[in-house]
Amino acid sequence: MPRAGALKGYCTRVLGDPGAGLRAPFGHAPADACLGGGLRLAALHEVFASPGSEGAAAGFALALAARARGAGKWLLWVRQDFSALENGEIHASGLAEFAIDPGRMLLVRVPDVLGALRAGAESLACKGAGAVIIEAWGRSGVLDLAASRRLTLAAQQHGVTPIVLRSGADLEPSAAETRWLVRSAPSSGGADWGMPAFDAALVRNRHGACGRWLMEWDCNDGSFRPAHSRALAAMPSDRPSAPAVEGLRQAG
Amino acid sequence: MAGKIDNALRLTAVDAAAARLGLRAGKALADARAMIPDLAVTGADEAADMKLLEAAADWCERYTPLVALDFPHGLLLDITGTAHLFGGETAMLKEIRRAIVSQGFALQLALAGTAQAARALAQYARAAIVAPGREAEAVAPLPAEALNTEPHIIHALKRAGLKTIGQVAARGRHELAARFGGDFVSVLDRTLGRKAVPIMPRTPLPDLMAERRFAEPVVTEPVIAETLLSLGKTLASILESRGAGARILEASFFRSDGQMRRIAIETGQPSRDPAIFARLFRERLAALADPLDPGFGFDLIRLSACLAQPMRAQSASLDANSADAEIALLIDKLAARFGSHRVMRFQPQDTHIPEAASVAVPAQHCEASGPAWPKHRAPDEAPLRPLRLFAKAEPVEMLAQVPDGQPLRFRWRRALHHVTKAEGPERIAMEWWRHQEPQPSRDYYRVEDEAGRRFWLYRDGIQGREAAHPRWYVHGLFA
Repeated sequence: MPRAGALKGYCTRVLGDPGAGLRAPFGHAPADACLGGGLRLAALHEVFASPGSEGAAAGFALALAARARGAGKWLLWVRQDFSALENGEIHASGLAEFAIDPGRMLLVRVPDVLGALRAGAESLACKGAGAVIIEAWGRSGVLDLAASRRLTLAAQQHGVTPIVLRSGADLEPSAAETRWLVRSAPSSGGADWGMPAFDAALVRNRHGACGRWLMEWDCNDGSFRPAHSRALAAMPSDRPSAPAVEGLRQAG
Repeated sequence: MAGKIDNALRLTAVDAAAARLGLRAGKALADARAMIPDLAVTGADEAADMKLLEAAADWCERYTPLVALDFPHGLLLDITGTAHLFGGETAMLKEIRRAIVSQGFALQLALAGTAQAARALAQYARAAIVAPGREAEAVAPLPAEALNTEPHIIHALKRAGLKTIGQVAARGRHELAARFGGDFVSVLDRTLGRKAVPIMPRTPLPDLMAERRFAEPVVTEPVIAETLLSLGKTLASILESRGAGARILEASFFRSDGQMRRIAIETGQPSRDPAIFARLFRERLAALADPLDPGFGFDLIRLSACLAQPMRAQSASLDANSADAEIALLIDKLAARFGSHRVMRFQPQDTHIPEAASVAVPAQHCEASGPAWPKHRAPDEAPLRPLRLFAKAEPVEMLAQVPDGQPLRFRWRRALHHVTKAEGPERIAMEWWRHQEPQPSRDYYRVEDEAGRRFWLYRDGIQGREAAHPRWYVHGLFA
């Protein structure tokens, strides 16, 4: 079986050893358990916004990046110009409130998805970067399987974590380690306005099971925690999610 | 060629055939038509003339970086210290004449100790080179018009019987100054070569430059890249000897057929690493929307350090914070590819107007460590500022609100939102000292709809006091 062996060697080289690598814990116990300890570093992660939940998806991607970034490293956000028109400019005062230091963040504005990939690849090769958010708007033939493989390779090579944030897009096949489908969720705290809450569905996990959780981002210490809100009762948080979401995973 | 001068159509330029028929620039078009009924006339295009002159000036920068425009038809080149590169003044003039005539231009060329003398000689004498100190002799026989001064002075000189520069120069200086003013005397002095005034170059003189000429024009990319690298090394060694680094570098590519292209790169910190220069140029060249076209090849490539700054001894601190140093390199690289206005960092501003409180500034022009970011929220409180802010707040249709003004139901981008939680108002008054007209205060509300989507809404103006029916806007989106 020399060919199978070669293929396996190639897979290990390209995709890395399953389960190996450093992980950044979410701070949300069920999600961490499902992911084998947390978000895998130096691997590609995708965050898809449910229609209407672009704000929540951006917050979730930012939270992932903040967890994955590592001490002293920079956070890079590569944005397509159209995203700023559609979803608003990044507001640094809001970042500071979200437990992210805007002083160690770089914003790269690019005209199109191709530019976003170029700038993303360039950023991934930088040792000063910890995490790179690549935000693209709409369907695009450019962010395909091959592009996601290139990002994965670049991430493995340089140890930087890329997070692709997409809104208005279909779930296309990709080589991502995890894929999240994010909806906004009512914040906890009764009638009061609480911490940001996400309904995060892990619809694809290369090395483990999928799941769906209600998470809350704690803006004080910059970590996730389980959310307790009225909507929680209707949702199973401890077992894999609804079949509809499973179907999406097959597509990936 | 004809154009409008003093509200009348006049000839602005004539070709050789028309000149033989007795036409001169300045003649009224109607008169010219009367003399020669089948005269071929085209409209004058001053802008195109200017553009052509600019292009010619670009091209002439191969001889010296000091090129000035002498509108409408002239160029002044200060070749002090560059003539020997072309084998002396005679050889240089011959080369310039050959090169310009081969591009299809007619040319009158003169070289003298001062720009004014050279201009007078080029326009009226076609003399080639005046030996140093002999300007007065050379310009003496020229008509008074060659002084290039105001028409009424020329007119007065001629009426006084002073037809040539020599005759004018023979009069006493005091007499001339009394009659025509001190300015006229200094014009005369410059034309006679007694007083030299440096020309005003079109582009500021770079701090440093290095260039390479090619006997055989170069076309291929590797040779161009190699040339830039070696020019970068030359510049780097000069920079090092001065303890300086370059912030802005410009490469000028001179094509053998007369076109010239400038490409500039910029670095956030002064730098003198030729490898970095070469990499930034590679990025810049790869990203050009209108790629560098060598045509028949470049015969001269020049690298200038347009802005050199002293380099602080900071290598030690760079080692201590290598992440920042790596990011600085990345910033330069991305800026070279996408433009410096596309690579941004955030800086807090001392204002409470939300859209002005944080600004994105080009990272290359940003201080390494800025002031601290103000915290709006108390510990354990949810964020008071949204993650995303619309550059222009978007109007919403407020369908219902409780009497004290909290929003209940609104429509934004054609979708209906039922407010389940609303916090506010946070009243933000506009800064009256910045505006001529008083601006209404804004009452901001943080609202959450039934799906958990969170908006930052504001009411523009205090109801009843500042506006009868204030409008509502969505200014930002929370996570």
